[in-house]
Amino acid sequence: MAWLRALGSYLPARVVDNAELAPLVGADAAWLLRSTGIEERRYAAADETVATLGIAAAKNCLEAAGIPAADVGMAIVSSGSAERRFPGPASTIAAACGMAGKPAIDLPMASAGSLFAIALAAELTRAYGNVLVVASEIMSRVVRMDPAGRDTAILFGDGAGACLVSPETGFAEIVDSVLATDGDFADALHLDFDAPLSMDGRAIILQASRKLPRAIGEVLERNRVLPTEVGTYLLHQANLNLITRVAQAVGAPEERFFRNIARCGNTSSASLLIAATEWWRGAGGTLGGPIVLAAFGAGLNWGALLAR
Amino acid sequence: MDRQTRIVEIVKRVAGKPIEPAPEESLFESGALDSFTLVDLVAGLEKEFAVKIPDADLTPRKFDSVERIEAYLRNRS
Repeated sequence: MAWLRALGSYLPARVVDNAELAPLVGADAAWLLRSTGIEERRYAAADETVATLGIAAAKNCLEAAGIPAADVGMAIVSSGSAERRFPGPASTIAAACGMAGKPAIDLPMASAGSLFAIALAAELTRAYGNVLVVASEIMSRVVRMDPAGRDTAILFGDGAGACLVSPETGFAEIVDSVLATDGDFADALHLDFDAPLSMDGRAIILQASRKLPRAIGEVLERNRVLPTEVGTYLLHQANLNLITRVAQAVGAPEERFFRNIARCGNTSSASLLIAATEWWRGAGGTLGGPIVLAAFGAGLNWGALLAR
Repeated sequence: MDRQTRIVEIVKRVAGKPIEPAPEESLFESGALDSFTLVDLVAGLEKEFAVKIPDADLTPRKFDSVERIEAYLRNRS
């Protein structure tokens, strides 16, 4: 058994609204909002790194859990925007949190990385006890900030989220998960060394519109939960229109799909945990039914996780 | 109705605007389709022509013009 025990997040202080971003990328602010549902996003300060954002979110999560770092047996950190090839941010984050000596694993997966990390953590709690999952991204430094980069620059923001997965107790038990990968579309979304992020948005939306509802349907069906019985859907905040599409395809009321993309933009793998944290704080311990976490992104990697 | 006419009708319906796309015209470049109406187009084609388009075939290039859509459906039949 594994439980979602606590969540935490960190958003950089600097707010970048559409009026500031639109002229940089040769876009109209109203079109930008209509196309993405994003009103503003956060950008990291020059002295912030993927690790420092992750540390802030991890500490926020541990504080919410009310347990010392000494009681955490492992850290798994997802990021698609880490500053260097190795080591990734996991070891720095673990050390800063007081987890020196405990294994810290990097998962260099954008977008769906945090979902994969939670699913893996659920399996690893038996051997390592509490597992701290962190997702941290500075996407503003990997997109092209000019008209040629318009279609990606308008989407992304920076931030970090964290989740403590525990073998003992928590606010929701992880029941099951569905994870999948399709490498035939690896080139549809990629970030190469020394080049800005490249995305075939049409291919990504087309694939996500099918694969994400299918994964959600699969995890619900095999656990005999109806889409309408789910209290809250927590999705990777990729695009407001995509979330609406997924809700329609799944057959659940759209208002049950938590959204914070208007304020945060798409923070890649961090977005699922930032959204989950905001929902969890607002819910005040009341689940209102089973919860579904789902994400889709580069790889292509996608999946869904059921907890209740 | 021939296949091309049926395709055009679906494109017009999902685009939600009065358009008359030429067979070779790029539906994306002309603004007839965007990322999300492309999803509707694929669903519309599956229903109209009673075919299941697999994920592996879901590349925007295959659906970029009426001519290309027709060629794809012809190869499927």
